[in-house]
Amino acid sequence: MSSIPRPGFHRNLLWLVLAAALGLPLLFNVRQAVAQRPTPSDDEVNAVAHQLYCPVCENIPLDVCPTQACAQWRDLIRQKLADGWSEQQIKDYFVVQYGDRVLAEPPRRGLNWVVYVLPPLIILGGGILIFFVLRRMRAGRPASAAMKARQDLSLPPEEEEYVRRLEEELRNRER
Amino acid sequence: MLANFGYSVLVITFLLCLYGAGTAIYGGLKKELRWVKSARSAMLLTFPLITLSALSIILLLLTNHYEVQFVYEVTSNSMPLYLKVTALWGGQAGSLVFWCWLMSAFASAVTLRKWDRDIEFLPWVIVVAMVTLAFFLGLIIFVENPFARFWAGPNGEQIVSFLQPAGAALLTPPDGKGLNPLLRHPGMIIHPPMLYLGFVSFVIPFSFAFAALVTGRTDDRWIRLTRRWTLVAWLFLSLGLLLGGRWAYDVLGWGGYWGWDPVEIAAFMPWLTGTAFLHSVMIQEKVGLFKRWNMILIILTYDLVIFGTFLTRSGVLSSVHAFAQSAIGPLFFTFIGLTFAVSLALVLTRWNDLRSEGQMHSLLSREALFLVNNLLFIGILVVCFWGVIFPLVSELFTGQKVTVGPPFYNRATAPLFAGLLLLMGVAPLSAWHHSTARTLGKAIWKPFAVSLLVLVILFANGMRSPGALIGFWLAAYAACVTLYEYGRGVLSRHRTAHESYPTALVRLIARNRRRYGGYIIHLGVVLMAIGIIGMGIFQTSTQGTIRQGQSLTLGEYTLTYNSLAEFDTPDGRNVARAVVTIDKNGKFLAELHPRRDYYYESQQPMTIPGVRSTIEGDIYALLVDWQPISSQGATFKIYNNPLINWLWLGGLVFILGTLVAAWPDREREAQRAAAPRQASVPGKASA
Repeated sequence: MSSIPRPGFHRNLLWLVLAAALGLPLLFNVRQAVAQRPTPSDDEVNAVAHQLYCPVCENIPLDVCPTQACAQWRDLIRQKLADGWSEQQIKDYFVVQYGDRVLAEPPRRGLNWVVYVLPPLIILGGGILIFFVLRRMRAGRPASAAMKARQDLSLPPEEEEYVRRLEEELRNRER
Repeated sequence: MLANFGYSVLVITFLLCLYGAGTAIYGGLKKELRWVKSARSAMLLTFPLITLSALSIILLLLTNHYEVQFVYEVTSNSMPLYLKVTALWGGQAGSLVFWCWLMSAFASAVTLRKWDRDIEFLPWVIVVAMVTLAFFLGLIIFVENPFARFWAGPNGEQIVSFLQPAGAALLTPPDGKGLNPLLRHPGMIIHPPMLYLGFVSFVIPFSFAFAALVTGRTDDRWIRLTRRWTLVAWLFLSLGLLLGGRWAYDVLGWGGYWGWDPVEIAAFMPWLTGTAFLHSVMIQEKVGLFKRWNMILIILTYDLVIFGTFLTRSGVLSSVHAFAQSAIGPLFFTFIGLTFAVSLALVLTRWNDLRSEGQMHSLLSREALFLVNNLLFIGILVVCFWGVIFPLVSELFTGQKVTVGPPFYNRATAPLFAGLLLLMGVAPLSAWHHSTARTLGKAIWKPFAVSLLVLVILFANGMRSPGALIGFWLAAYAACVTLYEYGRGVLSRHRTAHESYPTALVRLIARNRRRYGGYIIHLGVVLMAIGIIGMGIFQTSTQGTIRQGQSLTLGEYTLTYNSLAEFDTPDGRNVARAVVTIDKNGKFLAELHPRRDYYYESQQPMTIPGVRSTIEGDIYALLVDWQPISSQGATFKIYNNPLINWLWLGGLVFILGTLVAAWPDREREAQRAAAPRQASVPGKASA
């Protein structure tokens, strides 16, 4: 720990609560536990922490959050890992303690399914709509004279057509 | 007093906006030019007025008037001059004033153009600008007052109010809290202005669309008039997003540049609809299709701009309670709802006028592919919008708060982005009107074959990740097609006009800036995609606590901890700076200085990485923790971020391409000014 005062305690009551709940007693426990068992490495702790979010620091994964409260959460994860808990057990523990919002994504149940199902449905619907609109437009109105004239122009062999198109576009670039 | 002056000016400007909007509507409906001219004068007057008010805030900031709450929140005695000035957009109230200032500048500039045959648009353009401005000024005056002051009440309590409460005396703290240290970075100083410039300049094309709807001139005149505005808006928004990413990478100390945070998404959403709009207006100009869709896109962009401004500054979407309690949230939503409803109602009343002029010939034609492009952009928008909104929905219906984080967005948007890369490799080769599988196939096979070669090489070199193989192949394919398009153009000019290759290339770009500038943008996107895929799939990291002289290993790299120094700086920071060396396979590579700055005033730490950058990637070292007394042990985290610099390089190319596409063309302007008013003639335009 560094000597400078760490941030946050004063800023949010929640942090205080968190710190009180997990704070000093926990630190002692962790140090003891670590002393007794093979210490889980920082990488092992971060692998779990990366999938979790604390309720205070919005949208910052726990493994990179610099606040004191999050450091204590990571210590808690280390302790649980040392106690032989699995990744899933630890995640479940945090969910029970602090609710679904500690997970990086809403758990797939109940209303939460809407978050997963709605976007693909809308995109699919959009795709179908576009397909039908295009088909209807293609089958629809007769082409105007101008259109027909341009159609006739646009059919010569590929290379000539490309040169013609390029030149025409360069000439008519003004709009 | 300066605060009173600044506030009074804002109130006058607010009233002026209401007057301007009223007279513009009256003048527009009655077709009386003198009313419109009066509204225009009001519009032009807003700029110097808001300038005065903004200058008042800047003066207050510079002269340390800590009795003003905003000044207290964002500055302190120890802050350097330039930071005190830029602190104007360091807090919500000031940044709203800054927003209004930019808005009035852009709106004034647009009313100063030669209107000639488009004069009927003018009143409605003014109405949109004035109503938007009035809304934001209203927010500042009634809700987020940057001139509110601290008062000591008769019973010793502290009151924040603009006007002096009865029996209260002005309270002046000796020092301010100082700007959030995260915002004291060059990237953060120019990032918000860029974003805001992007936001406000998107209001201009919307105002013309609105004018077109009201006046019934629903041909593509409004699109042609605002083409450059749209590109400029898009340029600034892109720059803002890129700078924001770079800032996050340099300052936030988590080894990444984009975290799918609601604030980031807020700025990204109008960019998505804006990009879709930039593509789809070409269909309307070229073949007269999808007029209604373009209207809807620009309306969406406008409202997403307002939504983005709201989200980036307030953050109240984090919970239902914060939203309900904030005065600003419901006001924003009402404004967004009203403007959306009114605009949509206008589109519906003009529904028949907005019928397509042309027709679709082939499902493989460029116009059809552009439509698929729009679907993909809107798809990404749906994912983003829903992801940002869902936590609120969930809390509202179940009481349960949820986080919608990066895994959700990455999974949902990756296939859509891949689709866009694929389209970038198909659409440029398809023709307007007619394209069959045969003609398209003929054009595609050469670049396709080359890109397959890239795939084979990657596979032979041991790359096995399916995501990376698909991603890199798509990027290679899109790059091949874009370069092939350049090659074909240059060759054909070389052959037909007998120009040398370099001349042919320069002329090709100069004579169709929009298309070839667009292709440069595509190349930029390809480079960025390479960086994003490289970083996203191959990033590795490790963390460990080591003593002096000990090492931490990540793949072929080792980090050795040499020393650590802790010291105070004159600007109120405590700095802990480590010296580490990075070796690759035992060979010295670089000395890095990861550090942790602690700001005493704001009691906030900031993690500054030590980075070694090459085109291969970055070695990015963070000082996570350290033992202060003996300086013996310190915790470091190292990231290997492969190909990340391709992202920044691609960003530069991207911006260059946008500049090429948007650069004014004097000759063309002159021709356009001389041309008589005409309805859209499909086929005459160039894409």
